[in-house]
Amino acid sequence: MHPVRLLFLQFLVALAVIGIWQIGSTVEIGGDYLLPEFFFSTPVEVGKRVWQMFASGMIWKHLSITLTETVLAFFIGSAGGVVFGFWFARKPVVAAVFDPYVKMANALPRVVLAPIFMLWLGLGIWSKVALGVTLVFFIVFFNVYQGVKEVSPVVLANARMMGMNERQLFRSVYWPSALSWMFSSLHTAVGFALVGAVVGEYLGSAAGLGYLIHQAEGVFDVTGVFAGMFILAAFVLVIDWGVSGIERRLLVWRPQPAADHG
Amino acid sequence: MQTAVQRPPAHIALPDAGPLAVALNDISISFAVPGRPVFKAVAPTSLHVREGEFVSIVGPTGCGKSTLLNATAGLLRPAGGTVTVFGERLEGLNAKAGYLFQQDALMPWKTALDNVAIALEVGGTRREEARAQAKEWLRKVGLARFVDRYPHELSGGQRKRVGLAQVLVRGPKILLMDEPFGPLDAQTRQIMGTLLLNLWAQDRKAVMFVTHDLEEAIALSDRVVIMSAGPEARIIGDFPIDLARPRDTADIRLDPRFHELYRDIWNQLKAEVVKTYGEETP
Ligand SMILES: Nc1ncnc2c1ncn2[C@@H]1O[C@H](COP(=O)(O)OP(=O)(O)OP(=O)(O)O)[C@@H](O)[C@H]1O
Ligand SMILES: [Mg+2]
Repeated sequence: MHPVRLLFLQFLVALAVIGIWQIGSTVEIGGDYLLPEFFFSTPVEVGKRVWQMFASGMIWKHLSITLTETVLAFFIGSAGGVVFGFWFARKPVVAAVFDPYVKMANALPRVVLAPIFMLWLGLGIWSKVALGVTLVFFIVFFNVYQGVKEVSPVVLANARMMGMNERQLFRSVYWPSALSWMFSSLHTAVGFALVGAVVGEYLGSAAGLGYLIHQAEGVFDVTGVFAGMFILAAFVLVIDWGVSGIERRLLVWRPQPAADHG
Repeated sequence: MQTAVQRPPAHIALPDAGPLAVALNDISISFAVPGRPVFKAVAPTSLHVREGEFVSIVGPTGCGKSTLLNATAGLLRPAGGTVTVFGERLEGLNAKAGYLFQQDALMPWKTALDNVAIALEVGGTRREEARAQAKEWLRKVGLARFVDRYPHELSGGQRKRVGLAQVLVRGPKILLMDEPFGPLDAQTRQIMGTLLLNLWAQDRKAVMFVTHDLEEAIALSDRVVIMSAGPEARIIGDFPIDLARPRDTADIRLDPRFHELYRDIWNQLKAEVVKTYGEETP
């Protein structure tokens, strides 16, 4: 599809949703509102509120805190996932011993950890980062593990016939393979880093997008909640674009149709 | 040696003299698959390849040709018998051999150029130097215009040729080639065959060449050996090819002696192919 046409259609969807919302909340139908303003606010109000947040400049502080937490969670979680993914994939005994514990830890709902992290790390950004790390780590870990395991045995045999030692195999074979698997889950990983940050803020903090939404909810300020959600969604979209750009650059060697987004 | 080995006629000048590059002595290879009886792919069998000798291995599909090359490369350890390379018992990987695999073996994340250059860089060659040599080899195999392509952007035949450059750039003493021209069309096969012969004539490596094309085997080789249908495959025929060199792989097919050889070898090979085929049809 032509990109302009695509953009137009995407715009149309937004317009339709906002249109229905606006009509439902402001136009009386049979003596009743379809979407009462008290519960749903109105698009115009939400738009005004978003504008105010940016105009007054108060939003930047919250955005930058959430962004910092997301970035930190992503990088720390990824680094841990890469190290442990490689270690487990290259040492089957280690992997076998830790297997049940990894599964247990991964099955744990992370939200229950949030209060513990706050106890340990305080209400600042680190408790949110920790929450994000526990989410990102496992995604990256499983993908790197798979990437190392799934190296084609023929490619590996060929590399060894060239005379590659362990270090060279790591650099030229295992690492690129693991990286491609990791990148296929990059969107998910970044998304989870953000989820960790926002949920952490929501549960207890003094700044960030999650905090804003929580504050608004506390006083039944539906407009504020929707404005916060809107900013969060736009924020996700911008980050996702950035990730796609990085991905396109690093994975040029992959056939296009096979490029899947995790 | 085997009982069924065909003795060469006396008038043929064989490269009999000269040390052995590869000696497979009574090797047997089995595959253990959990839950199934051990599969004896190769029965005790022997094959000797002299320095500078071009030996083709033909046999029905699934008989164990790739397995034999894997054992020579040191990727598989035979259950019995020994593998000797230039007089030394092979332990671990065969560092003297370059192996062109039957399946795709290029690194998908490297361009054609980098795939060839890495083979040199591994040995400590500087990057620029490695790339220059890689470029030269890609030109020799007819891929000068495709140096920047990734494997998925190349055709099957082009990938094989990158693989060939990747193996030859290191200048191995022994060449193991497993159906290198498999995906090529008949014309390109002949061109590549002639190219291979010309490259080979320059420094006469020992070559073990697996193919399912008997004509190609005869056109290229000093010797053609036949493997029996598996399991427990053995080398059951050994035919010296007394055609004059240098050869043109296309013209040589018109030689009357070529036809004689073809008939002799095919007579024996046919029986084996029928066996494999017979087993797999109800
Ligand atoms: N890793 C393995 N595990 C179990 N069986 C194997 C394995 N590798 C090969 N075999 C079996 O060994 C036999 C010989 O296989 P091989 O790949 O050497 O055949 P081939 O002669 O190269 O066949 P083709 O001409 O089709 O390439 C086959 O019957 C195959 O099923
Ligand atoms: Mg094979």
